[in-house]
Amino acid sequence: MTAPDTVQQVVIIGSGPAGLTAAIYAARANLEPLVVEGVVEGGPTGGQLTLTTDVENYPGFAEGVMGPELILQMRMQAERFGTSFVTEDIVKTNLDQRPFTLETASGGTIATHALIVATGAKPRRLEIPGEEELWGAGVSACATCDGFFFRDKHVVVVGGGDSAMEEAIFLTKFASKVTVVHRRDELRASQILQDRAFANERIEFVWNAVPTEVNGTDGQVSSLTLKDTRTGEVQDLPADGLFLAIGHIPNTWLFDGSLETDDDGYLVVEEPTTRTNVAGVFACGDVMDHTYRQAVTAAATGCKAAIDAERWLAAGGAEG
Amino acid sequence: MGATPVTDSAWTSEVLESDRPVLVDFWAEWCGPCRLVSPIVDEIANEHGEQLKVMKINVDENPGTAREYGVMSIPTLLVFKGGRPDKRIVGAKGKAALLKDLSDYLG
Repeated sequence: MTAPDTVQQVVIIGSGPAGLTAAIYAARANLEPLVVEGVVEGGPTGGQLTLTTDVENYPGFAEGVMGPELILQMRMQAERFGTSFVTEDIVKTNLDQRPFTLETASGGTIATHALIVATGAKPRRLEIPGEEELWGAGVSACATCDGFFFRDKHVVVVGGGDSAMEEAIFLTKFASKVTVVHRRDELRASQILQDRAFANERIEFVWNAVPTEVNGTDGQVSSLTLKDTRTGEVQDLPADGLFLAIGHIPNTWLFDGSLETDDDGYLVVEEPTTRTNVAGVFACGDVMDHTYRQAVTAAATGCKAAIDAERWLAAGGAEG
Repeated sequence: MGATPVTDSAWTSEVLESDRPVLVDFWAEWCGPCRLVSPIVDEIANEHGEQLKVMKINVDENPGTAREYGVMSIPTLLVFKGGRPDKRIVGAKGKAALLKDLSDYLG
């Protein structure tokens, strides 16, 4: 670990809508923010939006916008006002001492007075037999990446939220049939996505069921063992692919023992601010929001975090 | 420099008949995580090109090869040795993790 040459005013960990919006605001406040855009540990650089296609609910885009394009625009906007970027994962943080220090995967050290945590969340896995063994051989968490390989095949999507419906609808471009398996008898997804999924002739639903095993033949997914959540009855559902959309786990492991989390593992902030339990550390986006989890709410909390950090620095927080 | 593109038709001569082990990056334009891995694969090509031949294949334009080797998720990296797949790495990883996965071939 090499010693840092300079101490940053504010460092932002994360490069999704929360982190990039924080960067735009911090840059415009002349704080010359440094964004550490992780590579893989917390999900892809640019966040979950980079794995989506059409984003139809982000205000300002009447005809919708592609997720990766939206992120690219935010990044360019942040860069225009003087944000710098480091494309690396952070592997360790020290928030016990001022300035805070962050260690990068290549062994570098970054020191900063204020820290904005915008590390987001990554897809939850089922943790059932066969899932790990058949990962990449029919099991996937990215329909936009892997849908292509399931042309004229039957795929299963597990989940009942917006992501599950978006994945199911997207997969009908390729698959001959998409079966949505959901543990309850109704969806959590927004009405417009539910309507679209129900109207799609290629989408079928299996209600009140949870997968208990992924089965393979010749190293590829061949079926899914399902258990009825009410009767306990077990059935085998033949399928060529399995796409997971069962929610996310917040990326907080870098802060174990230093930042407070709630029962679900999300960072706790002093509402309505973005202040964490460590003065000078602010949290925004999906790592602290288990209620809304939208691109626009992530951006909104990113804005709040930058303003909170700016005020904290202006009030002499870093000297205190 | 970086990884050299290969196609279905050049596959046998470029990959299967290579004297050195060959690292092949299966990718596509529309794959977000592929855009993270490709620059790392290019760096590996530049830094370890003597031990490892590094190639990339666009699955959109060359679906036959992806199908033949059961690639159902991208990015997937396959290492071929003596004309056979010897190692499979699925999903995006950082450079340090990839180099560790490939250590057997980098001597």
